[in-house]
Amino acid sequence: MIYKVITKSEFRKFVSGLIRENQTIGPKLVDSDREGNPIYQFKEVNSFDEMDLDYTQADYSIKNFYLPFREELSRFDYSNSDWEQNIEYHVHPRVIVGVRACDINALTKLDKIFMKGNFPSPHYIARRKNTFLIGMDHEPLDDCFCKSLNQDVVRHGFNLYCTDIGKSYYLTINSSKAFNFLRNVKTSDPGKEDDRKYIERRKYLKKKFRTHVEVTGLPALMDIEFQSDVWKKWGDKCLNCGSCAMVCPTCYCHGVEENIEVNLKRSRKERVQYSCSIVDFAEVAGGHNFRPLKEDRLKYRFYHHYRGFAENADEQICVGCNRCGRACLAGINPRDVINDLRMESEE
Amino acid sequence: MKYLGIDIVKPRLAVFDFTGCEGCELQLVNKEETLVDFLSLFEVVNFREASSDKSDAYDIALIEGCISRQDEVERLKAIRGRVKILVALGSCACCGGVNHLKNGFPIEDVVRQVYGDRKIETEKVRSLKEVVQVDLEIPGCPVSKAEVERIVIALVTGAEIRMPKYPVCVECRQQLNTCLFDFGEICLGPITLAGCGAVCPSGKVGCRGCRGPADDANYESFIDVVVDKGFTEAEIRKKIEFFNAFEGPAKDTIASLIQKRIKTFNAFSGVRA
Ligand code: SF4
Ligand code: SF4
Ligand code: SF4
Ligand code: SF4
Repeated sequence: MIYKVITKSEFRKFVSGLIRENQTIGPKLVDSDREGNPIYQFKEVNSFDEMDLDYTQADYSIKNFYLPFREELSRFDYSNSDWEQNIEYHVHPRVIVGVRACDINALTKLDKIFMKGNFPSPHYIARRKNTFLIGMDHEPLDDCFCKSLNQDVVRHGFNLYCTDIGKSYYLTINSSKAFNFLRNVKTSDPGKEDDRKYIERRKYLKKKFRTHVEVTGLPALMDIEFQSDVWKKWGDKCLNCGSCAMVCPTCYCHGVEENIEVNLKRSRKERVQYSCSIVDFAEVAGGHNFRPLKEDRLKYRFYHHYRGFAENADEQICVGCNRCGRACLAGINPRDVINDLRMESEE
Repeated sequence: MKYLGIDIVKPRLAVFDFTGCEGCELQLVNKEETLVDFLSLFEVVNFREASSDKSDAYDIALIEGCISRQDEVERLKAIRGRVKILVALGSCACCGGVNHLKNGFPIEDVVRQVYGDRKIETEKVRSLKEVVQVDLEIPGCPVSKAEVERIVIALVTGAEIRMPKYPVCVECRQQLNTCLFDFGEICLGPITLAGCGAVCPSGKVGCRGCRGPADDANYESFIDVVVDKGFTEAEIRKKIEFFNAFEGPAKDTIASLIQKRIKTFNAFSGVRA
């Protein structure tokens, strides 16, 4: 890891250069809700000023730039007497700016499945390798609980990470690409004063968290509480609408569909984003559904996030962004469900 | 016509309209980029909007509209007698659709409102399945052409017909929409069957449930949500009853839930005030 300092005006030049040369995605103000709160989304931008790097929350994570909700895995051509399979994963180089720590950590978790897992996805790898990722710190929102899960700090998974130290950014450089790109602009080695400000800023942000979710021993607790009434309580509320999984930066469960084109000469195999909370996720051939109850579907989403994955890879896949909690119309959120489970076991 | 090297017998297809706006039929001839291929999947033997042929020998009949006159009952029964697969096309055919709104008023008032003193024969509307056996329902107001294509492809290739079972929210979120509830709108997405690509919420209009209930829809929780958000009984009913797509037991369940929840909500607000 190499550290540098860049003034904000120089950073602006740097990013503007990237925007000129590449497809660039950044946080954009797209609307405001009924109370006048801003709504931000990661979208393609054509200039630095289109972005708002001080954005508060983005309802959707950047997951769909790596795992689109629907993507072609392969294409079959039957036009001759034989058939031919084509698999394409060309991705033009692109840049994503302003990504928060939790969302970078979410990608690192997805890497474990789609790059380093037993069945790596060439489509995911192509997108990941061809995306230049610039991260940026921020003041936690009221409901952020990434710190509880140790996801408020990033160590890898990005090219460049900016820590705001007032008039400048303290840059963490994590790839030779980032180092080379930065040669085109003015940066300096961090001085004592910069280091002090950097540490100060980190401390300040740590203190700013207002939501804490106690997750120690959670996998074991979940094992004990498998039959708990807590699941019924929240399951009764669940609309099985899948919103939580669609906005979650780490939910990656999917289905595979084969779709024949109208001319019957071609078909496509497509990966479609799904979720364990969706009614027919566990339905198998013949129509049998392994999870016919709302509470089971809800429960398995929590198990995958806080227990299942923990057993497989020694970590939880939730990064604590609370996007799911904000999206859920029924008021279901990890903090309340986990607290309920704890109360249950302590009673 | 071949698929995977195997010859496929083209089914003979007929399309008929009853009481409806013909919008669903029009959908069948939309989506020009695949129209020629689509029309090549079958032999059109009777389809007023696309062909001048008028044959009574067909395998599949797509039927648009609901039943609102005695002669329509006879016509529909005759079609049923001739066809192998009878498909209800669109919300009117599946559940009465917009036309069903008139069932809430005395027939004489309805006729007078529209036709004045002219004598018009019309009855309370019925969906197709209230009159004859229906083999397949493709809901939607109008139907989605993409979905019709998928279903027709499955029919001709002998594949399983797959339709979503989950609610509209899944598709809505996949369009990266901001939830309409955040704008203070009511939306039936959480209880309505997906398959339309969430066209209405994507255009910032709350879903009115034209596709009918999603599998295992959670009415109880949904009514809790909308009542808690302060929507009135009239506002909720207006949405849910628009297409009559929540018919039968669903309708009664929803009605009693609204009653129950509005009462407790008012009681609590009383205490709070
Ligand atoms: S937890 Fe909430 S957002 Fe997730 S499926 Fe259930 S109702 Fe929808
Ligand atoms: S808080 Fe919710 S949306 Fe965020 S990572 Fe955890 S489960 Fe996913
Ligand atoms: S706008 Fe409607 S369909 Fe979309 S997420 Fe909200 S409730 Fe669901
Ligand atoms: S969003 Fe709702 S009302 Fe609109 S087409 Fe889809 S199911 Fe019908």
